[in-house]
Amino acid sequence: MEVGRKMANMLGTDDDLNFKETELCLGLPGGIAVVAAGNETESSSSPKTNGKRGFSETVDLKLNLQSKESTMDLNKNLDDNGSKEKSGSAKDPAKPPAKAQVVGWPPVRSYRKNIMANQKNSSEESGNSGAALVKVSMDGAPYLRKVDLKMYKSYQELSDALAKMFSSFTMGNYGPQGMIDFMNESKLMDLLNSSDYVPSYEDKDGDWMLVGDVPWQMFVDSCKRLRIMKGSEAIGLAPRAMEKCKSRA
Amino acid sequence: MSEQMSDDDERQQSPPSDLDFTSNKARTCIVTGSVSGHTEFQSPYPDQVLENVLENVLHFLTSRRDRNTASLVCKSWYRVEALTRSELFIGNCYAVSPARATARFTRVRALHLKGRPRFADFNLMPPDWGAHFNPWVLAFAKACPWLEKVYLKRMSVTDDDLATLAESFLGFKELVLVCCDGFGTSGLSIFVSKCRQLKVLDLIESEVSDDETDWILCFPEGESHLESLIFDCVEYPINFEALERLVARSPSLKKLKLNRYVSIGQLYRLMVQAPQLTHLGTGSFSPSEIAGQGDQEPDYVTAFAACKSLVCLSGFREIIPDYLPAIYPICANLTSLNFSYANITAEQLKPIISNCHKLQVFWVLDSICDEGLQAVAATCKELRELRVFPVDAREDSDGPVSEVGFQAISEGCRKLQSILYFCQRMTNAAVIAMSRNCPDLVVFRLCIMGRHRPDHVTGEPMDDGFGAIVMNCKKLTRLAVSGLLTDKAFDYIGRYGKLVRTLSVAFAGDSDMALKYVLEGCPQLQKLEIRDSPFGDAALCSGLHHYYNMRFLWMSSCRLTYQGCQQIARAMPRLVVEVIRSADEEEMDVCVQTLYMYRSLEGPRNDAPKFVTIL
Repeated sequence: MEVGRKMANMLGTDDDLNFKETELCLGLPGGIAVVAAGNETESSSSPKTNGKRGFSETVDLKLNLQSKESTMDLNKNLDDNGSKEKSGSAKDPAKPPAKAQVVGWPPVRSYRKNIMANQKNSSEESGNSGAALVKVSMDGAPYLRKVDLKMYKSYQELSDALAKMFSSFTMGNYGPQGMIDFMNESKLMDLLNSSDYVPSYEDKDGDWMLVGDVPWQMFVDSCKRLRIMKGSEAIGLAPRAMEKCKSRA
Repeated sequence: MSEQMSDDDERQQSPPSDLDFTSNKARTCIVTGSVSGHTEFQSPYPDQVLENVLENVLHFLTSRRDRNTASLVCKSWYRVEALTRSELFIGNCYAVSPARATARFTRVRALHLKGRPRFADFNLMPPDWGAHFNPWVLAFAKACPWLEKVYLKRMSVTDDDLATLAESFLGFKELVLVCCDGFGTSGLSIFVSKCRQLKVLDLIESEVSDDETDWILCFPEGESHLESLIFDCVEYPINFEALERLVARSPSLKKLKLNRYVSIGQLYRLMVQAPQLTHLGTGSFSPSEIAGQGDQEPDYVTAFAACKSLVCLSGFREIIPDYLPAIYPICANLTSLNFSYANITAEQLKPIISNCHKLQVFWVLDSICDEGLQAVAATCKELRELRVFPVDAREDSDGPVSEVGFQAISEGCRKLQSILYFCQRMTNAAVIAMSRNCPDLVVFRLCIMGRHRPDHVTGEPMDDGFGAIVMNCKKLTRLAVSGLLTDKAFDYIGRYGKLVRTLSVAFAGDSDMALKYVLEGCPQLQKLEIRDSPFGDAALCSGLHHYYNMRFLWMSSCRLTYQGCQQIARAMPRLVVEVIRSADEEEMDVCVQTLYMYRSLEGPRNDAPKFVTIL
C-alpha cells in the first residue's frame, strides 16, 4: 500500500508538471510562463481568474463542464482502485490527464476570488489583460446589460453584439471605419436624425460622448459605460462632442 | 436542534394523559409548599398557576439547547417553552415548514434561518437550488407580526421579500443577510424607507444586484436609530453625500462597514462625524482618482486617534500601504483586525501588528509570508482566531506561507481556538506541534491547496498530523482536513474526535472504511460534507443509525449509486434524500454526482428545481 501510494505520488508530481504544459488555459499565452518562473506570484497574472465577476463566472462554468466530463468518465469505471484523480493520472495514462484546476477547489468563495482578481487588474500597469466590462443601458429597456469591450475589435462588432442584446437597436451608417465624421456638422445631424437609437458613452472625464468619435482602441480605453439613447436626445450631445473632437485635432 | 426535539416530541404524544395530570398535581404541591390535604384542595386553575410560574422562569432560559430539553419534560412545559421562546433558530430551512414553526412558536421576536449547504459556495451546485425566504416571510407576516430580527445565511431573498419585511413588521429592527442573494438595491430602498425603527442592516458577503436605485438616500429623514450599517459587499457606488448625512443623524451608530467605492478622503469625513464607532470597515483605503495633486490630505491619524472605542477594524479593499500608519493610534485597542483583502507584505504588516497586543481575531492574506506570521506570533499573545487566505487561490501557485509560519503561530499564540489556514506545503511535525501548543482549539481547518499533497519533508501522508489534532485538542468541534490522507486519518477521527460536530473532507481516504470510522465513531457529528473521495454505498449504509441526529450529509463526486441512495431513502422515511445533477445533465445516471440529505419533518420539498431528484 505504502509503495503503491508513493508511486502514485511520484507519478502525480510528474503529471503536475505535464498539467502545466498541456493545460488548456483561457487567459493570455504569457500567463503560464509567468506562473512557472515567478516567485512573485502575487503580482503575476492569473490565467484563470482574470477579469471581473461576469468573466470569471464564465470561466467557472467552462471548468464545470470539463470537470464533469472527467468525473463522469471515471465514475463509469467503478472498479478503479484509487481515487478518481489518482486513477486518472497514475493508473491509466491513456486517459487525458485530469485538469489541474478543479471546480470549487481550493475552497475559496467566488466573492473573495473576484475581489482578489479585481485588485490584480487595477494594480497592473499595462491594463491590457483582463476584461473591460462596461454597463450598457438602453432608454426604455427595463434592465442593464454588461459587455466586455475587449471581446470586440471594431465598432462594427460592438454594434452587432448590441443589436443582439437589444433587438430594437440598430446603429446607423457610421462610415468606412465605423467612425463618425464630426467635422461635418450636417452629416452628423443626418446620422442622428436617421437613427432611432444612438449609442453614447461616458468617458474617463465623465463626459457623455457619441460612440464613434475616436479610434476603436482609444474608445475601449476611455469608455466607462454605454448608454443607448434616442437619436433625438443624442442631438444634444453632438455640439459638445464636436467641440471635444475639434480640440483634440 | 429544535427539529430533532420536535421529532422526539411526536413520539412522546403517546404517554397517557392521566400520567400528565398526576405529575401536574405533584408539581403544584411542590410549588405551594404544603403537603397534607393538597390533593383534595381544588385550587382554581392549578395548571394556570403552574404555567404562569413556568412562563416567568422560562423567560430567563436563553440557550436553545436548554430550551429544547425543557420542552421535553412534559406537555405543559412544551407549551410554555413554545410561548416563551423569543429566538427561533432553524439550521436547515427545509427541516421544518414555516407553518409548523409559526404554529408552535407564536411569540418569536428573532428568526435565524440557514439555507443552502456550504459547498454550494464553491460552485459545486447549480444556482437556484432553493432556500427561498419567501414562504417564511409570508407565514411570519401572518402569524408573528411582532418579529423584530431576521438573520439569514445562504438564502435567496427577493426584493418583494424585503418589501414584505418592511411592511408587515411594524417594529422591525434588525436584518442580517450573510451569503444571500436574489435581491437588489431597489429592494433595499423599499426596506430602509419603510423600517422606521431600523437598528441593524448588515449585508455580509451577499450578492446585491444593481438596479441603479439610490438606497442610501431612502433612509427616512430625521434622527435614525441605526446602530449597525454594514454594506462592504455591495459592489456598486453609493451616494456618499447621503451617507454622510445619514451618519451625522445616527448618534447610536456603532458599527459601520463601507464598500470599496468609499475613498479614504470620504472615510475621513465619516469618521469625524462618528468617533463613537466600535467597528469600522474602511472601504477602499485609497484616495479617489479625482483627488487633486495640490489638495491637502486630511489628518487621518487624528481621525483614527479620536475613535477611542474602536476595537474592530476591517476593509482595506484597495489599500495603498502608504496610508497604513494612519491606524497606529488605535492598534493597541484592537481586538479584531481583518486584512484579508489587503495585499501587504511582512514589512508593511510589522509596524502595525507589533502594537496589537490585545488582538484576538486576525484575518490576513498569505502575502505577509511566514515572516509576517512570525511577527504575529511574537506579539499577539491573546489571539483566539486566525484566518490566512491565499492571494492566489490555485492548486499550483507558489505558497508564501508554509509549516514555518504555522509552527510559529502555534508557539506564540497559545490561546488559539480557531484556525483557518491555506497553504501549499505542510508537515506532520508542525501540525502535531500545534495540537500540543494549542490545546484550546475548537475549530481546526487546514487547507493544503494541492490535492493529495503529502508531508513535504517526509513524503508521508498527513494522517499523523490530523490524528494528533483530534487526540490532543479535546474541545475540537469543527475539523476540515486536506492533503494526502489514508483511511488511518479517519480511524483517528472516529476514535478521538468525540466532540466533532462539523467535518469537511475533500480528496481523501482510500476506501469505505474511512467513512465508516467516522460515522460509527463520532456521536456528535451533525454536519458532514465530503467531495471527491472514494466512498460508496456500503459506507453510506454504515451511518443509518446516526442520520436522524445529523443536520445534513453532503457527498459529491464520490462512489455513490442511485440504488444505494434509494436504499437509504427507503430505510429512513424522515430523511429527505436529494440527488443533484449539474444543470445541463438531462437524465439520471447510475452514478450519483451529488447527494445532499437531511432530516425533515415535512417530507420532500415542493420547490425543488429540475436538476434535483428527491428519492
